[in-house]
Amino acid sequence: MNIYQITFWILSLFTLAFAIGVIMSRNPINSVLFLILTFFCISGHYVLMNAQFLAIVNIIVYAGAIMVLFLFVIMLMNLNSDTEPQKNFLVQFAGVVSGGALLLIMVAAIKSSLTGLEGKNIDLINSTDIGLIKNLGTVLFTTYVFPFEIASVLFLSAMVGAVVLGKKDSALKTAE
Amino acid sequence: MILTAITLGFILEKVILVSIILGGSLGIAMYSTWAERKVAAVMQDRRGPNRAGPFGLFQPLADGLKLFMKEEIIPTLSNKFLFILGPSLAMLMACMTSAVIPWGPNIVHADGSVFTLQVADINIGILFIFGVVSLGVYGIMLGSWASNNKYSLLSGLRAAAQAVSYELAMGLSLIALVMMSGSLSMREIVEQQHGFWNNGYFTWNFFKQPLAFVIFIVCSFAELNRAPFDLSECESELVGGYHTEFSSMKLGFYLFAEYINMFITSIILSSLFFGGYNYPGMDWVALHVSPLFVSIIGVLVLLGKAVAFILFFMFIRWTLPRFRYDQLMDLGWKSLIPLALFNMLVTGAIILAFQK
Repeated sequence: MNIYQITFWILSLFTLAFAIGVIMSRNPINSVLFLILTFFCISGHYVLMNAQFLAIVNIIVYAGAIMVLFLFVIMLMNLNSDTEPQKNFLVQFAGVVSGGALLLIMVAAIKSSLTGLEGKNIDLINSTDIGLIKNLGTVLFTTYVFPFEIASVLFLSAMVGAVVLGKKDSALKTAE
Repeated sequence: MILTAITLGFILEKVILVSIILGGSLGIAMYSTWAERKVAAVMQDRRGPNRAGPFGLFQPLADGLKLFMKEEIIPTLSNKFLFILGPSLAMLMACMTSAVIPWGPNIVHADGSVFTLQVADINIGILFIFGVVSLGVYGIMLGSWASNNKYSLLSGLRAAAQAVSYELAMGLSLIALVMMSGSLSMREIVEQQHGFWNNGYFTWNFFKQPLAFVIFIVCSFAELNRAPFDLSECESELVGGYHTEFSSMKLGFYLFAEYINMFITSIILSSLFFGGYNYPGMDWVALHVSPLFVSIIGVLVLLGKAVAFILFFMFIRWTLPRFRYDQLMDLGWKSLIPLALFNMLVTGAIILAFQK
C-alpha cells in the first residue's frame, strides 16, 4: 500500500464515521456539525483525485454557506427530543422506501460507470492537471454547456421563487 | 504524485516559515490592540494607554496577562464542548489564511536553490482564502449558541447573516479581478503587478479595478465584524454580543482573532489590489542590492502597506457610526451585489474589446 491508498482508506473511514454520526446523534446541532465534517472528508477525497478546485468549492458552498444556513434555522427552532414530533408509521415507511430507491440508483450508477470504464485508458485519472480550473472550465463550456445552462436556469427559477415568497409576505403585512 | 515530493528538509523549511508567519501575525495583532487604543485616543483628543512602559508599549502584555489570570467561567446550562470549540475555531480560522499569502519575492541562493516566502503556492489561492473566511463564521455561531444566552444567540445570527450576505458581493467583486489576471494563484496575481508602471499604465490592480477594490474593502469591513458593521457586538442592543458569556482567555481568543483577521485582511488587500511586495523602482533596487535584501525589502513593503490598511480600518472605526441592521442588508444586497455584477460585465466587455 502506498501513501495514496493509506490516505484514501483513512479518509474513507472518517467520512463513513462522520456520516453515521449525522444520522445517529440526537441533537440536531451535532448532526449539522457531523455533516460539515463529512463535507471536509469528501473535499479531502477530491484533493486526492487532484481536483483541488472542486474540493475548495465544495467547502465554500456546502460547509461555508449552506450549512451555516442549516445551523441558523436549527438554532432558531431550538429542536430537542421533547418537542420533536413523533412520526407515524406511514411517514416512516415512505422514508424507508424513498431512501432505498435512492440507494438503488446510486449503486446502479456506480456499477454502470465501472462497466463503462473497462478497457478504457485510466491514465487520465492519474494525470495531475485533470482537476485544474482551466480544464474544468473548458469541459464545462464545450461538452457540457447545455446541462450547465439548464442548471443555471434551475438556480434562477429557485432564486425568483424565493424572492416571490419573500415579497408576498411583506405585501400582506402592508395590506393589513 | 504530490506526496512523494515531501522530504525532511522541505518539512523543516515550511515549519520554520509557518512559525515565523504565525509568530509575526500574533505579534502584529497584539500591537494592533495597542495601536487601536492609541488611534482612538488621538481621535478623541485623549492620551490613550501610557502607563506600562514607554508610550504604553507594554500594555498588550499586561492585557494578555490579565486575560490569562482571570477566572474561567463556563455557564452551567451551556454546551461545554461547543462553548470551548467556538473561540478555538475563531482563532484557528484566523491563523489559517496566512498559508497562501506570498510574503515576498523568492530568495534565490548562489547555488540556484530557491527559498519561497510562501507556505503553499496552490493554484486556487484566492478560493482557499474564501473557504477559510466562509468557515470563520462558525466560531462565532457555535460559541454564541453554546452560551445559552439570548443576546449571544441574536448576535450569532446577526453575524452569520451578515457574513453570508457580504461574502457574495466580495466573491463577485473578486471575479472581475480574476477575469483580468486569468489566475487564481495569489503568487501569480502579485507577480502580474510587478513594479508600478508598465506599457503606459499602472500595473497595480487598484488602478485597473477601482470599483472592485471599493466593494472588496466594504465587504471586508463587514466580514471582520468591525465598525461601522459591528452589528454582532453592538453593546447598546446586545450587551456584549456573541462573547457576552465568555471570560478569561476564551474571550481573549475572540478579540484576538478579530485583530489577526484584520492584519491578514490588510495583507490580502495589499496583495490583490496594491501590488503586494512590489514597489516603484524595484528593478533598480534588484540590480544594486544582494538578493536576500531584495526579499527583505519586499516583505517590509508588504508589511508597510498592511499597516497603512490597519490604520485605515481603525480610522473608519472611530469616525463612522454603526449601521442599522436593515441598512446593512440593503447595502449588501441592493447596492454592492448589483455594483459587483456591473463591474464584472464592464470588465468582461473591456477584455473582449482588447482581445480584438
